[in-house]
Amino acid sequence: MAQVLERPVELKTPVSPSPAERTARRKAFLEWIAVHSLGVAAALFFTLPFVFVFLTSLMSDSQALSRDLIPHTWEWSNYRKVFDTPGFLTWWKNTLIYAGLGTVLVVVSSVPVAYALAKFRFRGRNLTLMLVISMMMLPPQVVVIPMYLFWAKQLDLSGTLWPMIIPLAFGDAFSIFLLRQFLMTIPNEYLDAAKVDGCGDLRTLLKVILPMAKPGIAAIALFQFFNAWNDYFGPQIYASENPGAWTLSYGLESFKGAHHTDWNLTMAATVLVLAPVLLVFFFAQKAFVEGVTLTGVKG
Amino acid sequence: MAATYTLRAKHRRSRLRTLAFLSPWLIGFTVFFAYPMISTVYFSFMHYDGFKPPTWVGTKNWKYVFESYPFFWPALRNTLWLVVIMVTLRVLFGLGIGMLITKIKTGTGVFRTLFYLPYLAPPVAATMAFAFLLNPGTGPVNSMLESIGIPAPGWFNDPSWSKPALTLMFLWGVGDLMVIFMAALLDVPKEQYEAAQLDGASAWQRFRFVTLPNISPIIMFAVVTGVIAAMQCYTQPLVAGKVASGVIQGAGTSFQPGYPEYSTLTLPQLVYNLGFQRFDYGSACVVALVLFALSMAFTALLMRRRGGLIQAGD
Repeated sequence: MAQVLERPVELKTPVSPSPAERTARRKAFLEWIAVHSLGVAAALFFTLPFVFVFLTSLMSDSQALSRDLIPHTWEWSNYRKVFDTPGFLTWWKNTLIYAGLGTVLVVVSSVPVAYALAKFRFRGRNLTLMLVISMMMLPPQVVVIPMYLFWAKQLDLSGTLWPMIIPLAFGDAFSIFLLRQFLMTIPNEYLDAAKVDGCGDLRTLLKVILPMAKPGIAAIALFQFFNAWNDYFGPQIYASENPGAWTLSYGLESFKGAHHTDWNLTMAATVLVLAPVLLVFFFAQKAFVEGVTLTGVKG
Repeated sequence: MAATYTLRAKHRRSRLRTLAFLSPWLIGFTVFFAYPMISTVYFSFMHYDGFKPPTWVGTKNWKYVFESYPFFWPALRNTLWLVVIMVTLRVLFGLGIGMLITKIKTGTGVFRTLFYLPYLAPPVAATMAFAFLLNPGTGPVNSMLESIGIPAPGWFNDPSWSKPALTLMFLWGVGDLMVIFMAALLDVPKEQYEAAQLDGASAWQRFRFVTLPNISPIIMFAVVTGVIAAMQCYTQPLVAGKVASGVIQGAGTSFQPGYPEYSTLTLPQLVYNLGFQRFDYGSACVVALVLFALSMAFTALLMRRRGGLIQAGD
């Protein structure tokens, strides 16, 4: 019976709390302490890696090889040294081209497909959707051999970013799926109203759906941007022979190779690859979290 | 007559409209999936080194991969290890963190952001960071462990610790699961908890008989997508192996993946090893097809018609 009173009862008249209430309040307080201590412990687990990486990026060469956790002298010049490393600026440029151009192409090509899958009724719609989902689940390694031979041997485009960018002009399975999930939540009445007003399909898409789909489009744009930013396999297959076409994620690993023992410089470079992602996240938190939730919820 | 004619014309127009809207994907599907998929099957029966024209060798590549290529079975075992142990731990941890965040009442936004951030870390950057944090000699983790008297493991340099080290890194990036579990937990009807409480259910009983049944579809979703992700695990083990082994040639080297002792070798790495390091495209295609079969099996589980986790809907 005492369990019923677990929540503090709100009373209008000032009555001194009964013993049962007092134990309930004490229990609630202890629970608050327990939950928040666990929260702090978890927060340390999630943040300390970032902190250690950042601190090491500011250490001197010799100190980076010691077991110290805090820098004796704060070597901000490490970041300068990273930028002075040959190739580093090129990797930035390439990453921005790959991520920027790729994002535009994915949005332009995926929106109409997602719209058709969400709002048109046609034979084979479920089959199409299943194929989209299957492609989304497919490891890129499954088709990489013929794709590589196609780009490298037939089109002679290896050593460039194009084999990674061009396919994005033909829709991306994950973006189509996520956007379709989003468009499903837009009531059909809007479409019917547009039809009554005499809008064609394209006009409806551009004038009615697009403005309402902004959050969904923001989510796929962000995910695509990060996919390009994070991609390691694509550049490894298509660009490894030409350092002039490397991206940040791919170059970062070779950076460690070239600066074999310099953990401080390597960690400074790591921070420089991490920082833009975190920065973008702080400006676009909502789109991100919505996107993650959408992919995990039934459509 | 006229009515049927217009109806038919209307149908044709709507079919054309659908085709037009789907066309980017239809082209993409054909050129970047159907055609290479058929080629992969074709090449799996050919000997092809990228220079001399391909020659038909029947099932020789298949026999080679399954019987004499020394890395196939270790890679399959490692992949299964990740599928079973890493995915289980990740789902349990994600659920735990998701429950914790719904209980936190003060500073929820801050906690949620801190828990979510690691998920965003680019895989190469995260792996470089963990290779540094967990490096046995000077890494901060081992420094701390030793300072409180716990014997420090060799992490990415010890074959029996390299997979747990990878797992630890993936637990760190559990933010995506936290978000979907949090959404699911907040969706559980409050009345059910209140009813259970009236019946005198203990905290464990409330979790077991109210929370679990309500979120079980999301748990299944997390398991299946986790399994698919574990089978695709490529960048992290490869980079961790490279950094830990201290290869200094940098990217695009002859580095034999799997350091130490094949313990971080996964199936996707074999495609790269066979195709792009040994120039045995035929055998690489065999491994690619094994990977394809496994992925499709798990995807089918995700989309089973009845009770499937992703539904076509209307």
